[in-house]
Amino acid sequence: MEVILGIAIILIKILTIFGVTMFIAGWTTWVERKIIGDMQFRVGVERTGPYGLMQPMADGLKLFFKESIVPDGCDRVTYELAPVLALVPAIMSIAIVPFAGSADSFKIFGQTPFIAANINIGILFLFAWSSLSPYGMIFAGWSSNNKYSLLGALRSAALVISYEIPFGFSIIGILMIVGSLNLIDIVNAQGSYHWFIYRQPVAALVFFISIVAETNRPPFDLSEAESELVAGYFTEYAGMRFSLFFLGEYIMLFVISSMFTVFFLGGWHGPFISYDVVNNTWVQAIPGIGILWFVIKSYFIVFVYMWLRASLPRIRYDQMMSFCWKVLLPLSILNIFTTALLNLDKL
Amino acid sequence: MPRKMTINMGPQHPSTHGVLRVILELEGENVVGSDMEVGLLHRGIEKLAESMTYQQIVTLTDRLDYVTSMTNNITYVMAVEKLLGIEIPPRGEYIRTLIAEMQRVVNHMMFVGIYAMDLGAITPVFQTFRDREIILDLFEMISGARLTYSFFRVGGMREEIPQEFFDKTKDFNDKLLGMIAEYETLLTRNRIFRARNIGVGVVSKEYAINCGLTGPVLRASGVPYDLRKAKPYLMYDKMDFEIAVGDNGDCYDRYLVRIKELKESQKIIAQCLEQMPSGASNCEDYKKYKIPKPFKVPAGEVYFSTECPKGELGFYIISDGTKSPYRIKINSPSYINTAALSGMIEGALIADVVATIASLDIVLGELDK
Repeated sequence: MEVILGIAIILIKILTIFGVTMFIAGWTTWVERKIIGDMQFRVGVERTGPYGLMQPMADGLKLFFKESIVPDGCDRVTYELAPVLALVPAIMSIAIVPFAGSADSFKIFGQTPFIAANINIGILFLFAWSSLSPYGMIFAGWSSNNKYSLLGALRSAALVISYEIPFGFSIIGILMIVGSLNLIDIVNAQGSYHWFIYRQPVAALVFFISIVAETNRPPFDLSEAESELVAGYFTEYAGMRFSLFFLGEYIMLFVISSMFTVFFLGGWHGPFISYDVVNNTWVQAIPGIGILWFVIKSYFIVFVYMWLRASLPRIRYDQMMSFCWKVLLPLSILNIFTTALLNLDKL
Repeated sequence: MPRKMTINMGPQHPSTHGVLRVILELEGENVVGSDMEVGLLHRGIEKLAESMTYQQIVTLTDRLDYVTSMTNNITYVMAVEKLLGIEIPPRGEYIRTLIAEMQRVVNHMMFVGIYAMDLGAITPVFQTFRDREIILDLFEMISGARLTYSFFRVGGMREEIPQEFFDKTKDFNDKLLGMIAEYETLLTRNRIFRARNIGVGVVSKEYAINCGLTGPVLRASGVPYDLRKAKPYLMYDKMDFEIAVGDNGDCYDRYLVRIKELKESQKIIAQCLEQMPSGASNCEDYKKYKIPKPFKVPAGEVYFSTECPKGELGFYIISDGTKSPYRIKINSPSYINTAALSGMIEGALIADVVATIASLDIVLGELDK
């Protein structure tokens, strides 16, 4: 009975989290179009449904029914594998997103944290999967038999070795303070107001810049640079194959923003919910308020992403590389040393 | 020895401003050689003009550089007027000066927006197009069209301009400096924008003069040559303005020169509105030249050029005394400026090629004629 209940809980968690994430990934495109439209003195989508809310659905349907053109002379196996390789890492990374902890009032199945896989190597799992996503791009660019796609793929390959190192190094400071790779431990170490964004400001900055590059978003959207490489690595993709790339990008956007929330913004902990005078602690009175806080914080990061997209020109490929190696990497190493010196008692 | 790759940029590339085809030899992403193919938008405007009457040709000049139709019209009709030996009253000249400067504002606004777009910044284009609409509405008020105006005619203009036009232009002009400041907040001091522009696509003074570059591209290289000052036409000798000159001849200077010119145009528009005389704006015997009656032009030849927003636009007209010109040769700035492109992108990256093409501010309608 215990085993069946355990499996049932896991299945429910997987289905809920997967479904909800796919849903919000789709509607993130709507949010983006509305926000950027507002920043650009436009209305944004408004024709399909109220406030254009059905637009993601319409887009998805259209792409689903479109012919998926396969270019002549492409490498068929890698060509078909590439969109899958772009989507799977994003979906796998959802598994470790802690939407809310066991401290929250979710007591449907006992004290279970709202996370699909509460594994002790959470951070390593995230890094492993997010580093796999450039393979999708490289495969797509190489197999398409198109020079623009190839250049896009080469750019993403060159970028991934530049930003991955500061990306990984920026987290080490937090690991030294917390002493655990488990994401729930990291969130709990921050509590309601000891957020790492002001205990580790340099790491937060380096991490944020790295995740913008990681998700291929402007100003670091070099591998799909529209005005230079037409559409970069997915130039030759159409229909559902293209939409897999698109979906992967938006799921990754959400996952990586929620990682910023976990590492630096205190995860599901929300300030000023209700104050328990007797026990002298902050408590979350309403069930599920933790999830709400988590989504609000993550979407603030998503908003910053869109803000960047609306305001910045694209950085050049060689400038991006020298920025990663000469600025971000020394900064993150410096941060590690400073954190180590300040936390000598914990080591 | 790295293998070279030939890549075909255009004619269907998103940032070659139409149908320019640039063939790039690449080593990695570095350009080691380049060639250009033009003529994909060739419509034979010069040949078409030979079978049309002088007033009809005005409509062809609209379609040269479709962003700056007004200045094309003015240059052409002034060339024909020079051949005919007629002069138009001061009010007409002031109106032409005013509208030429408004057209320059439109062109430079479009440049700033599209240039930023080619560099990956997607918002400035909406700012500049929003403000450009105001001038397009004003032009629509006087000519009925929003892009191909055909407003100026040999001997004057199609019809008198209403007072409302001047009032609204004044309102617009008072706000123009604020608009320019708004564009600059997103671009001029932006670290990424500067990094993408400074030292990119450098044109030395000597190279610029040897290639015969004109307009803002020439001035950005430090050559203070502007036909409005060098050979004043219309009312420019009565206007108080400065020539915008750059120092290094890179993309950033070309951008700054255009921003400076926007501000100078604002000054000229204000002065035109202030000094605007009353009276007629067409020449005395304008009836003689009115459509649909074709008129004959005495035999002879003439070259006349003005400082269009993109550079020196010139019309060389040979007349054999009939209703149509014997030959018209159009000297278009986009064509001449594009010819210098190969020397500017040697050793650059693909991203720089895009920036350099955009910084030349070319329009293919004028390039291919």
